Amino acid sequence: MPVAHDPDPRLAAFAHPERLVTTEWLAEHLGDEGLVVIESDEDVLLYETGHIPGAVKLDWHVDLNDPVRRDFVDGEQFAKLMSERGIARDDTLVIYGDRNNWWAAYALWLATLFGHEDVRLLDGGRDRWIAEGRRITTEVPVPPPTEYPVVERDDRTYRAFRDDVAAHFGSPLVDVRSPQEYSGERTTAPDYPEEGALRAGHIPSARSVPWGKAVAEDGTFRPRAELEALYFDGAGLAPDSDVIAYCRIGERSSHTWFTLTHLLGLEHVRNYDGSWTEWGSLVGAPVALGEEPGDAPAPRA
Amino acid sequence: MTATLPAAFAEIRDDFLALPERERLTLLLEFANELPDLPARYADHPDLLERVVECQSPVYLFTEVDEAGLVHLHATAPREAPTTRGFASILAQGVEGASVEELLAIPEDVPFDLGLTKVVSPLRLRGMVGMLGRTKRQARERVATSS
Repeated sequence: MPVAHDPDPRLAAFAHPERLVTTEWLAEHLGDEGLVVIESDEDVLLYETGHIPGAVKLDWHVDLNDPVRRDFVDGEQFAKLMSERGIARDDTLVIYGDRNNWWAAYALWLATLFGHEDVRLLDGGRDRWIAEGRRITTEVPVPPPTEYPVVERDDRTYRAFRDDVAAHFGSPLVDVRSPQEYSGERTTAPDYPEEGALRAGHIPSARSVPWGKAVAEDGTFRPRAELEALYFDGAGLAPDSDVIAYCRIGERSSHTWFTLTHLLGLEHVRNYDGSWTEWGSLVGAPVALGEEPGDAPAPRA
Repeated sequence: MTATLPAAFAEIRDDFLALPERERLTLLLEFANELPDLPARYADHPDLLERVVECQSPVYLFTEVDEAGLVHLHATAPREAPTTRGFASILAQGVEGASVEELLAIPEDVPFDLGLTKVVSPLRLRGMVGMLGRTKRQARERVATSS
């Protein structure tokens, strides 16, 4: 059974306030029937150093990606993973993690591709929970396995592939990487030198909105009015825009996907998880350099 | 293979391989917790430390070669990056007191021999390869400047 929403007035202005919970709310609801808390971090060991009591771990490398080919786990693998974590199909998932919820947003987006209905982010993530002095534990829960159904992943609604991007030219693209990656100064993210591409720059016509701009200093999402100024006034998006967001491997753009979809209420946002590591290495793919978006090539059907 | 690893490093590798895969992560965490603070002479001189850009978290190291020609590796990484701390700690303990020749003979891909590729993922292990490469280069530089 789904758990009641967080009625906090700070969340009320968002398009879908039910997709966020505050740390206060979570502290009060830990242990509720039907609530599963999930930690998803960049660092595979961080959960082991201490996590929110009762939280289970999902690692983006070893759990969510296929170990061989470049793709996510399939329906069977996902069902097995959910079952092992004691998650039922109608459970409410509250996901949090390090680095302002980068990987938490990625896990949430992926759960959405598998149609898991009630998925929420913990506003402020792991850092905020710890900064507030809330309880953490190293005790790892051993939940009884569940019967989680095998569901085919929906790769059309919220996910874009390279051909979708080529067909999308003329509609808004958002590049959420750092300004240096966007302009072509560097092929890799600052601090992520091994996830490079053969060419630097951005997909022509993509507007630059680094993902972190959606987050305030304390790690929580900025208020709706500020997000609207950022994406609507700043990057030319509209509430009814059909948008594709990308970054380097799709994790920072999962965060932007969450912001546009659940906080601003856009209904047609896709995340291109192939992102720059694919586009920047594709033979013949158009690339723009510098700070200007550049012109959109003709869309390819 | 053992012949090309310093004894301490071989022992660490064997300890990892002797464990079931799930427990290897726990051992890595123990290594992370064991990474000592930098000696004061380096803590007060961050300029002496070299950033390991292959790692996703800020990790810095300094390779010392003492008068007897033995290697001592000092490294620092943030508490929020326990995996990186674990790798640094394995490396520091694995090469502690080895000769420069022994250090240079360590295979570049030794991080992949610790049985961690499935529990940590290969991409993350590349950070440790970067640390080892920089440690070797620094050791060569120390030897070159002292002779």
